[in-house]
Amino acid sequence: MSDYKHPLKDAEFVLNELVQFDQLCADAGMDDVNSELASVILTEAGKLGSGLLAPLNSTGDLNHPTLVDNGVQQTEGFSEAYREYLEGGWATLTADEAYGGQNLPNVLGTAVNEVWQSANISFALCPLLSQGAIESISHHGSDRLKQDFLTKMVSGEWTGTMNLTESDAGTDLAAVKTKAVRNGDHYLITGQKIFITWGDHQMTDNIVHLVLARLPDAPAGVKGISLFIVPKFLLDENGNPAERNDAYAVSLEHKLGIHGSPTCVMSFGDNGGAVGYVVGEENNGLAYMFTMMNHARQGVGLQGLAVSEGAYQHALQYAKDRIQGSNRDGSRYPIIRFPDVRRMLMQMKSGTEAMRALCLVAAADVDRGNQSRVDLLTPIVKGWVTEFAQELTSLGVQVHGGMGFIEETGAAQFYRDARILTIYEGTTGIQALDLVGRKTLVNGGESLAALLEEIAADVTRFEALGGKFTLAAQQCRTSLENGIAARQWLLDSAADKSAAGSSSVNFMMLFGYLCGGWLMAKSAMQAQAKLDAGEGDSEFLQSKLVTAQFFCEHLMTRTQSCLASVMAGSDSIMALDEEQF
Amino acid sequence: MKILVPVKRVIDYNVKVRVKSDNSDVDLANVKMSMNPFCEIAIEEAVRLKEAGVASEVIAVSIGDKACQEQIRTALALGADRGIQIETESAPDALSAAKLLKAVVQEEQPTLIIMGKQSIDSDNNQTGQMLAALLDYPQATFASEVKVEGEKVQVTREIDGGLQTIEVSLPAVITTDLRLNEPRYASLPNIMKAKRKPMAVKTPAELGVEVGNKITLMAVNPPAERKAGIKVASVDELMDKLKNEAKVI
Repeated sequence: MSDYKHPLKDAEFVLNELVQFDQLCADAGMDDVNSELASVILTEAGKLGSGLLAPLNSTGDLNHPTLVDNGVQQTEGFSEAYREYLEGGWATLTADEAYGGQNLPNVLGTAVNEVWQSANISFALCPLLSQGAIESISHHGSDRLKQDFLTKMVSGEWTGTMNLTESDAGTDLAAVKTKAVRNGDHYLITGQKIFITWGDHQMTDNIVHLVLARLPDAPAGVKGISLFIVPKFLLDENGNPAERNDAYAVSLEHKLGIHGSPTCVMSFGDNGGAVGYVVGEENNGLAYMFTMMNHARQGVGLQGLAVSEGAYQHALQYAKDRIQGSNRDGSRYPIIRFPDVRRMLMQMKSGTEAMRALCLVAAADVDRGNQSRVDLLTPIVKGWVTEFAQELTSLGVQVHGGMGFIEETGAAQFYRDARILTIYEGTTGIQALDLVGRKTLVNGGESLAALLEEIAADVTRFEALGGKFTLAAQQCRTSLENGIAARQWLLDSAADKSAAGSSSVNFMMLFGYLCGGWLMAKSAMQAQAKLDAGEGDSEFLQSKLVTAQFFCEHLMTRTQSCLASVMAGSDSIMALDEEQF
Repeated sequence: MKILVPVKRVIDYNVKVRVKSDNSDVDLANVKMSMNPFCEIAIEEAVRLKEAGVASEVIAVSIGDKACQEQIRTALALGADRGIQIETESAPDALSAAKLLKAVVQEEQPTLIIMGKQSIDSDNNQTGQMLAALLDYPQATFASEVKVEGEKVQVTREIDGGLQTIEVSLPAVITTDLRLNEPRYASLPNIMKAKRKPMAVKTPAELGVEVGNKITLMAVNPPAERKAGIKVASVDELMDKLKNEAKVI
């Protein structure tokens, strides 16, 4: 729907009060970047999001891209919007100056991405995928590849795609069958890839596909996968798109949501082989994929926030407009006055605020080079935020009552669009396994212990606040103890092979609610301090106190049931024989 | 050619306006403020003239406290070359604003002044006309098309019942109407560049202008809320009410 407004004040609050944006920039030696500039950038991005991208959100939902003779024809209006986005230089925000980027902090890029993703997630997927491809090439590509492709991709003149999945190789990328054969100074690629987001379109004059494939003499499994650049058009000697490469979108998927984003089946080498150039070294492709994994996964977590924010704004407007209550004198009032509608709106409002806090804090850890924290928070951002987004977008439908089930209201689109988020870029199950395995068990729970320690210090400060925060602080303390207990249980249960796998999602959700509540408690303390000092927007700060209180009292308490489920272990989960199902 | 564009900081057009509890004024505490939409159109027109090679420099000027530098920065991000803030504590009335602008014009000597026809807060529609009169410049108000031709400028004006095209000689004051153009979105590189563009701060004293306020705001009242309707039993009753109560027929 076209009435999206970027929640600038909350984004500013998180940047200034939780991320300490000015300090971050000063530490990074970015003298001319500060919170004032961040606000201007967010304000202008907000205008573009509301004015240009949001009106196309339902257009894309209703008018799907189509496959025509020369490839995929995107939804009408998307090409003009992309042109505006490109000419506005927005694609360059965080990229390296050497390739025409603005070199701004990742956390600011993340805050700006929220605008695009909220306004129009289908559209915003295109630049998001390009960012992933840019990251892979800039980290691992040869100078030649960078020179040929990177500047045009950074500017947004060419888009990028990620071709990983095959029909037999989804989560298990070791099963990739696409072939690459050496052929002089390049390779010839043959095979089929599925679920390729924005795999083809007519918005730019070239598309740079990153493709995972296997050489004939490659070792079996994950150590035999290489990463290739396969451009839609091969470049002439001046670096301009010329000859059509043997890489085509051959079909489009019919999906539950994100209809404006073409999800392609890509066929490489139907006419003899698609020309590809290896990125980095042969057989090292999967490792290269992992370097962009944190960014991509945090990006999808952010989409969970963005779609929830859209759903919330939509539901809020309806709750204020929809007249259903009657007073004794016959006068009527809107449904926002019903306590249960309030409950739903508070879940959405405080939930999105907690999501935003976590997404931006994790994004800032990338800027600060706080690698172990980034590694730890990434599966929580991806896993928890997107799972929580299912609930919040569902509540968005619920607030609308019967009309929520009717497409014309627009509430259902957020719910449908959100559904992919727990699946792509590693399912919730994969995120949870990553958290319990590589991010916890592998380091003996050390990074989790450091996080818990930091939370503990803030909880102690929060308890000192007292007053109306007494209960909220108690719940923080209990949740913290739940986190400590879950960590200990996991470490103690390492011998049980099924323990980690069967408890992992609840483990991850526990830490999501704990982190959300922790950052909301921190927000409340910052807001209170500003109010006491007579600074800032008192109305906003007062409401932050309430959303923080609500989150701690009503949502953070879910850590209790998560812990109970974690500690119940794998007994009942694994007890039935397969035949008993 | 130098173009001067006055821009005003006003309550954002999306904000639901609230009146202070003592009815003394509109409540602006913690309210989102933006550039007056008509001023955005003026900036856009000036920047287009620069892009077309007609103008060589676009100067954005705003009157108010430090906060109005935000709107000057916006103008710079949209393509203006430099900014001038005239520092005043509160918003001056239209005549004082015109006098301050006149002083800036005399210093800067622009060939063209393009400004919004009115601001969406006070809705007076008079500063441009006053400025032209004080300068003794020709004025072309409510412009929906501007064509600069040598020493003259042809302006199509939106008037009651149609369009009127007039020609004025330069220097001149033009005020913009809504249909003159569609303002662009600021680009990221221009937002970054705007930080480094010069912004001068001047006081009314430096400009030799005494800011007075000849208008006293007595009270601000929100429009009456719409009352619930009633059902009438017959057409006769309806006619009676329309005639005698509503007095519309």
